Amino acid sequence: MKHTLAVLVENKSGVLSRVSALFSRRGYNIDSLAVGVTEDPEISRMTIVVHGDDHVLEQVTKQLNKLVDVIKVSDIGGDETVERELALIKVAADASTRSEIIQIVDIFRARIVDVAPKSMTVEVTGDEAKIEAIEKLLRQFGIKEMARTGKIALVRGPKKV
Amino acid sequence: MTTGSTEKVNGARALIKCLEEEGVDTIFGYPGGQIIPFYNELYDSNLRHILVRHEQAAAHAADGYARATGKTGVCVSTSGPGATNLVTGIATAYMDSVPIVALTGQVPTFLIGNDAFQEADITGITQPITKHNYLVQDANELPRIVKEAFHIASTGRPGPVLIDLPKDVQNAEIDFYYPDKVELRGYKPTYKGNTQQIKRAAEEIANSCMPIIYAGGGVISSNASAELVELAETISAPVTTTLLGIGSIPTEHPLYVGMLGMHGSKYANYAVQESDLIIAVGARFDDRVTGKLESFAPNARVIHIDVDPAEISKNVKVHIPIVGDAKQILKSLNKYIRCCNSGAWLEKIDHWKKEYPLSYSQVSPDVIMPQFVIEQISEACRDAIIVTEVGQHQMWAAQFFKYKKPRTFITSGGLGTMGYGFPAAIGAKVGRPDKTVINIAGDGSFQMNSQELATAVQNDIPVVSVILNNGYLGMVRQWQELFYDRRYSHTFIKGSVDFVKLAEAYGALGLRAEKPSEVRPAIEEAVNSGRPAVVEVIVECEANVYPMVPAGAAINEILDPEGHADTPCAMPDLRAATADRVLDLEEH
Repeated sequence: MKHTLAVLVENKSGVLSRVSALFSRRGYNIDSLAVGVTEDPEISRMTIVVHGDDHVLEQVTKQLNKLVDVIKVSDIGGDETVERELALIKVAADASTRSEIIQIVDIFRARIVDVAPKSMTVEVTGDEAKIEAIEKLLRQFGIKEMARTGKIALVRGPKKV
Repeated sequence: MTTGSTEKVNGARALIKCLEEEGVDTIFGYPGGQIIPFYNELYDSNLRHILVRHEQAAAHAADGYARATGKTGVCVSTSGPGATNLVTGIATAYMDSVPIVALTGQVPTFLIGNDAFQEADITGITQPITKHNYLVQDANELPRIVKEAFHIASTGRPGPVLIDLPKDVQNAEIDFYYPDKVELRGYKPTYKGNTQQIKRAAEEIANSCMPIIYAGGGVISSNASAELVELAETISAPVTTTLLGIGSIPTEHPLYVGMLGMHGSKYANYAVQESDLIIAVGARFDDRVTGKLESFAPNARVIHIDVDPAEISKNVKVHIPIVGDAKQILKSLNKYIRCCNSGAWLEKIDHWKKEYPLSYSQVSPDVIMPQFVIEQISEACRDAIIVTEVGQHQMWAAQFFKYKKPRTFITSGGLGTMGYGFPAAIGAKVGRPDKTVINIAGDGSFQMNSQELATAVQNDIPVVSVILNNGYLGMVRQWQELFYDRRYSHTFIKGSVDFVKLAEAYGALGLRAEKPSEVRPAIEEAVNSGRPAVVEVIVECEANVYPMVPAGAAINEILDPEGHADTPCAMPDLRAATADRVLDLEEH
């Protein structure tokens, strides 16, 4: 069972290492982890996707809360959320395939952000399923390189975590 | 930081002022290159500094000091090897939730990450074994950090905090101002238990016919012994303790059933297994306590009082969790409970107590049994603080000394650190000079930090170490005997050193007892000498710790001496072979 945790932490050096070390030390598996500063420059937000049963999730949450630099841990998996991930995909492309790739990119409302004689780089934003779908379609042309951010998420409506 | 009372000082001086503000009077440490500025300022200060002979001992001494006094212990070392030598001591304090603050020198900020001489990433290294740690990058932050460190170490679930101090930070000049408050939005321990949960717990207690109280180290660290005993007496419930909970109720209290778990009393383990309600207070259901989890107390509902929410339902499913300070919660719980009649239950437990007492058999009249030594210490030094190393002697000290008060049994429970006892005893004696402090040791453990005899002598700290010398790394030997077909691989250490001469070489008193009649006089002479002393007691070499629940078994599957009769020593190095031959002869 996958869970999405929104973790507010002090925006200080060493915090990411404390959090990731906690996961490895206690044997919890991270599917993805994305981190960036929030509307308050002193606070960073980590979005951590973990899998495990309720017992594991409860332990993860409690152990995270024990870190002094962790301000708040929320499991937002059960809420209505907006979830996004961004991927950059460098696809092999030449004159014969370029237009077909552009069509796929259009269907997915993705963007071409770089073009070269033998490659194109696609920027795509969406949930995990969408990114996996476009990746699958682009694979036939040859994916040279790919980078993904990991999921970030906000709860819908006026509520904050 | 805008107040009139600022003063220009360097970082090192600021640190000393911070320690004074925190009420620290004693620190344990060892100087080195990157902590010289601190030691330079220490030279002019009124802080008492105990110079140890190995940094590990500084951490253990700070830990022993903290456990004996309830105050936060402080240890200091230089960077690199000095800091890494603290690691075992910090880990020991972390596992047993002991408040210490460790101060380490560090290479100057501009050299950090450069693999400089004596550089070690000590904040990285100690991350999983500290409650929190700091690398001070700016001397102006030092007062705030020290304030936070002491706050974090001593509140909530206590634990070690490390502050790493680059040399240039110690030298930098700042306007000193000590904050009177800490503001940590990510750290807010819960103290007051939820009233609804406390009422539910009282109801559970009222409905229980066979309750048992299971008390851990948290009872001692929150000074909740009186409340614990009141609860037990009001509801007439038996009390069992963990190793670290020993002393939270007097050993001779009629409701006390001793320690539970691997080397717990049979009656404590039987009582837990049969109980219908476990009231756990400041304990964490460690594997040495529960044995096989699936078979642990199968019929019991569980109330769990703990300051650390992460301990709730970590190992054993809890029905009524109450997060908060044990003392406050027990105080309020005691208002809601009524006396209930556990007559039949207590009778059953008394029956077990009579049927399966803690006991040992005298192998032959001339041999000193290790358990006998503990009994002698118990009679000769009734109000002593007992500190132990780790191994068989530790378990015998837990089983056979009659404790009367909290903070009188100091031992490394969670980490099980050999070499802990002697330096911790030094720390305990420094913190409680009014008390007799006895370090009960094995011949293996004592050798792990015996160099601290120099510390005790130089600083005139009259700690008595009673070494139960059986010539073996006894606990491992016991496992080898029971589970590895008596293959005593590398556990025979007889004749490693003459402990009497060793003590004398350091200028301490050295005594030896080789016959039962010599034990008591030697202990008394050592205690009355007022000097650091070592009493080497030559004990039966293959005595075992019983009862014993093998690792991974249910706690009512108990091994006891029957069928594992202790036999007198032959030539130890030939022993395994001889024993096998005897068996062969008997079979044919």
